[in-house]
Amino acid sequence: MKVLVPVKRVVDYNVKVRVKSDQTGVDIANVKMSMNPFDEIAVEEATRLKESGAATEVIAISCGVAQSQETLRTALAIGADRATLVQTDVELQPLAVAKLIKAVVDKEQPQLVILGKQAIDDDANQTGQMLAALLDWPQATFASKIEVSGDSVSVTREVDGGLETLKLSLPAVITTDLRLNEPRYVTLPNIMKAKKKPLETLTPEELGIDVAPRIKTLKVTEPPARAAGIMVPDVATLVEKLKNEAKVI
Amino acid sequence: MAILVIAEHDNQQLKAATLNALAAAQKIGGDVHVLVAGNQAAGVAQAAAKAQGVNKVLLADGPALADGLAENVAAQVLAIASSYSHILFPATASGKNIAPRVAAKLDVAQLSDILSVESADTFTRPIYAGNAVATVQSSDAVKVITVRTTAFDAVAAEGGSAAVEELSAVADSGRSSFVSREVAKSDRPELAGAGVVVSGGRGMGSAENFKLLDGLADKLGAALGASRAAVDAGYAPNDWQVGQTGKIVAPQLYVAVGISGAIQHLAGMKDSKVIVAINKDPEAPIFGVADYGLVADLFEAVPALEKAL
Repeated sequence: MKVLVPVKRVVDYNVKVRVKSDQTGVDIANVKMSMNPFDEIAVEEATRLKESGAATEVIAISCGVAQSQETLRTALAIGADRATLVQTDVELQPLAVAKLIKAVVDKEQPQLVILGKQAIDDDANQTGQMLAALLDWPQATFASKIEVSGDSVSVTREVDGGLETLKLSLPAVITTDLRLNEPRYVTLPNIMKAKKKPLETLTPEELGIDVAPRIKTLKVTEPPARAAGIMVPDVATLVEKLKNEAKVI
Repeated sequence: MAILVIAEHDNQQLKAATLNALAAAQKIGGDVHVLVAGNQAAGVAQAAAKAQGVNKVLLADGPALADGLAENVAAQVLAIASSYSHILFPATASGKNIAPRVAAKLDVAQLSDILSVESADTFTRPIYAGNAVATVQSSDAVKVITVRTTAFDAVAAEGGSAAVEELSAVADSGRSSFVSREVAKSDRPELAGAGVVVSGGRGMGSAENFKLLDGLADKLGAALGASRAAVDAGYAPNDWQVGQTGKIVAPQLYVAVGISGAIQHLAGMKDSKVIVAINKDPEAPIFGVADYGLVADLFEAVPALEKAL
């Protein structure tokens, strides 16, 4: 079974982003970029499926600017066998990405696509579900446990109020939640080996996909700032303030 | 054109998140219909009909809709989607699961987690873990939207008198099936809708110590929450997690105990009205958003606070 893992290059999760003064977006020039954390979990899971014998090949795919190659190399260092970059400088929104991935799925015919549940830049949480819809495949989002058996996969999902388990017939789309696994550290020898693994580059035009953005960003602003708080010396003062000043208890 | 709101429910009860989504629908303006897709969910439809400002309730009742499977619920929404200009879901686990599937089938983009309605095609939404707010405009014919429930005041649950119309329920897709559910038991208010939230972080030290927060939460009538660090360490169940990757809360009072205040945690709680932080590290970033900060050992401060209330 082939597994396809889409990965996204995003601003590193430790970076506190700044909104540009002209309100056109956030400043990502000279900011550290990394693989989206949920996608790392997806690559790790696909790699574990391969190590357990459930998968035969893991293909990483990324859509975006040329530098996304670095993100794909990281996926190859974790354990993906080969990679595809769909290269474009156009701003890609989830629907466009889902269409690009679908075009690659049609070509590669994987049985399973594992994505992160959301990217930490646009926080959309859409691409996996959209891909499943376009392919007409079943979906299991927010997965915390995946078990493949024969032509079906059993997935435990994190939902409001607890967990639920679904059984999907393959092929299927799964999106990862944080507790699915702990991604391994990439080692230097594996980084070196990853440089030799194949990386194919395509364009949206070659795949025949219109990636024009559907949603226009009119402006990006700072969230409303909170008024500066005060430090209280002891519990008694805290209770007094909450009762008489904030009036919340 | 009318607006469709997809009800959040468990076949027994209409969930409060629906009332917040209804508030967003009313801000857009137009007739508001509610779809209840479930199994033996007539009671839910009756409850939805009583909500303020609902013009019509559509009830699709069938076994394929019993467990909220994305494939089936999305198909049910798509069966009636052509009559609507806006389709709104509360941004709950269920709404987030289904909405993009509907949007993709309609070949429209989806707007996630809106914070406000600027006009019928323009909305604001948070990006980068809430560190920026984008004002976005959709040119699509149908707007598929998920609504951040804490950003809209719920409409009244009583006072409406909409008619309930029955739809024929879709057949099962046959591609997915429900196996089991494991519900975390709690006598406390639901985290997302609670007026007061008491949250613990890595500083709690152990699952045993986490129980220290029980008494404080009881005194305040609060829901219990946790940081990702506390959940990952096994101190608290994962559905207690507050943050970018967990629940987004905006209670009247948020008490953060032993939580440093990482970006991902702040994204889930910084819209709370009053934030109290108890931490022994005076440099902890949580003090940057706290209205009242107390630098103290939580093992002394929490029992003292409980006693003082």
